[in-house]
Amino acid sequence: MNLVRQQTTAVAVAGVLVMSAGPTAQTVRINGAGATFPYPLYSKWFDEYRKTRPDVQINYQSIGSGGGIRQLTNQTVFFGATDGPMTDEQLTAAKAPILHLPTVLGAVVPVYNIPNVKAELRFSGQVLADIFLGRITKWNDGAIAKLNPGVSLPATDITVVHRSDGSGTTYIWVDFLSKSSPAFKSTVGVSTAVKWPTGVGGKGNEGVAGLVSQAPGSLGYVELIYAVQSRTTYGSVQNQAGEFIKATEQSVTAAAAAASRQMPADFRVSITNAPGKGVYPVSSFTWLLFFENPKDKAQARVMVDFMKWALSEGQKFAGPLGYAPLPPEVVKLELAALARIRM
Amino acid sequence: MGRKDLVFRAGTGFFGLLLILIVAAIAVELTRQSALSIQKFGLAFWRTEIWDPVAGDFGAWPFMWGTLYSSVLALMLATPIALGIAVFLSELCPASLRQPLVFLTELLAAIPSIVYGLWGIFVLVPAVRALEAATPEALRRLPLFSGPPLGVGMLSAAVILAVMVIPFTSSVAREVLRSVPMAQREAAYALGATRFEAIRSALFYARSGIVGAVMLGFGRALGETMAVTMVIGNNPQASLSLFAPQYTMAAVIANEFTEAADDLYLHALTEIGLVLFIITLVVNSLSRLLIWSMGRSRRAPRASAAGEAAA
Repeated sequence: MNLVRQQTTAVAVAGVLVMSAGPTAQTVRINGAGATFPYPLYSKWFDEYRKTRPDVQINYQSIGSGGGIRQLTNQTVFFGATDGPMTDEQLTAAKAPILHLPTVLGAVVPVYNIPNVKAELRFSGQVLADIFLGRITKWNDGAIAKLNPGVSLPATDITVVHRSDGSGTTYIWVDFLSKSSPAFKSTVGVSTAVKWPTGVGGKGNEGVAGLVSQAPGSLGYVELIYAVQSRTTYGSVQNQAGEFIKATEQSVTAAAAAASRQMPADFRVSITNAPGKGVYPVSSFTWLLFFENPKDKAQARVMVDFMKWALSEGQKFAGPLGYAPLPPEVVKLELAALARIRM
Repeated sequence: MGRKDLVFRAGTGFFGLLLILIVAAIAVELTRQSALSIQKFGLAFWRTEIWDPVAGDFGAWPFMWGTLYSSVLALMLATPIALGIAVFLSELCPASLRQPLVFLTELLAAIPSIVYGLWGIFVLVPAVRALEAATPEALRRLPLFSGPPLGVGMLSAAVILAVMVIPFTSSVAREVLRSVPMAQREAAYALGATRFEAIRSALFYARSGIVGAVMLGFGRALGETMAVTMVIGNNPQASLSLFAPQYTMAAVIANEFTEAADDLYLHALTEIGLVLFIITLVVNSLSRLLIWSMGRSRRAPRASAAGEAAA
């Protein structure tokens, strides 16, 4: 009696172990690494894609754009992800041609916390650059007041909040400020981490949002989704056409559509301060990076199929997660570019 | 019997040697991985105040200042409290309260650093901001208290480090005080000492152990990363002011390492790691020297007292 029960338990346990052993030997496992900004969306994509292709397991580590580029160059991962396009030096160091494919759009918004001011403020690139350069130090400065007639701004000091860690968000922000102000470009420059003339550094988008929501009189920059989720007030920014636009799915996608007319073949373009109406000026692509001639052809076939899915089905997951989908013009150009990956 | 002894000695000797090899390997690897930065800046790296990733100009001075300043301030805040806790728990505490209090103090040590950081952002920083805003004008003019009341800055970092250091220092000091032989205290009472004077004599006896406990806390404060980076303001400027946002070596490495795309940037960050490693070594060596010298001077009075007793 006892022996029979023992044997049944043994078989049952073995059965459970076998069933939970996971996918069979035909699973294709692909590794990628890179930017933290699109991580929530990529995570959702890999999950949803797995439902259509259960034999594919894509593993993504969000270690930062710099890390992603490094790992791709060292060929320790199959694909990389970055918020800022690779520089020419980085492309040469990779020793083989790399394809940049934009996946989704993000926007960076100016968040602020001024006691007793609930109104939505308007900013221009020049004013923001001067604030971040430390030239404008008080909220009731003439330049800010001129853009916001009818809002009574207090004489509080502006506490600038920036990122302490390197990030694609910083890249997008300083790229826009450098285009708006030559002084900013020469003093600070464009990179994922810069020498800020003034202000305090918060760690991550959460750190900046947290600091701004607590410190009265502060102004910082965060990704749109963080401003929305932390319910921090964010302002509108003046675009090249002179309109004051607030970041929304439509205004961000419009930025990419406007830029698609002069899209370079390698998609390495900055779309901040894009021309056109209804365009949000502090928008940017985020890219996936692939070798044009990868060694593992099976993985290449899977990733090309994944990209086709991401550019069509995947785009509808972007909005609810706080990203803006790619405009159809850019998707068309990318589907053509996918043919460059040799399978 | 002899052979087992030999094997035991060889085995434990091997582990001891392994430890030394690991430390040496860390030093060698840190130096190798910061070669580009050492070549470009040399010793000037230690005194340059600029940190500019875009221009490729790096210097460790603001971070060295921030690390040392915050750790020294934390020590100044934490040592009296930690010693007070140690003295209370080992000498004055009623037996029923002892175990729960010991447990609570050690619980402080078990809390992860990032939890301290979150507590810092949401509780400590607003409190410090209110304190800074309430500073009287007369004090504001001093360089020690100058600057806008941001909340994040050196003062918050010092307080959070002090809170993290207290359980380490107090538990080691408590153990040291417990190991003071009862004879010492009994002798003090026999000579007519009050409670306080007896405790003082026990503290004097245990002074090298207590210095060791304080240095342990200092070492912890030097290396603390996550809690500090969330409340210190992350601004690479070396300032005397408690209100100013500053930066530490561990914080800048944690913040900027993942996105450091070009080699010189990476090597500069690794060199900061090397600087931190060297500073920690120096601090630990100095504290060992201090403890050793205190141990030496203890023997002299005892010998002379024995000499007097014999006479």
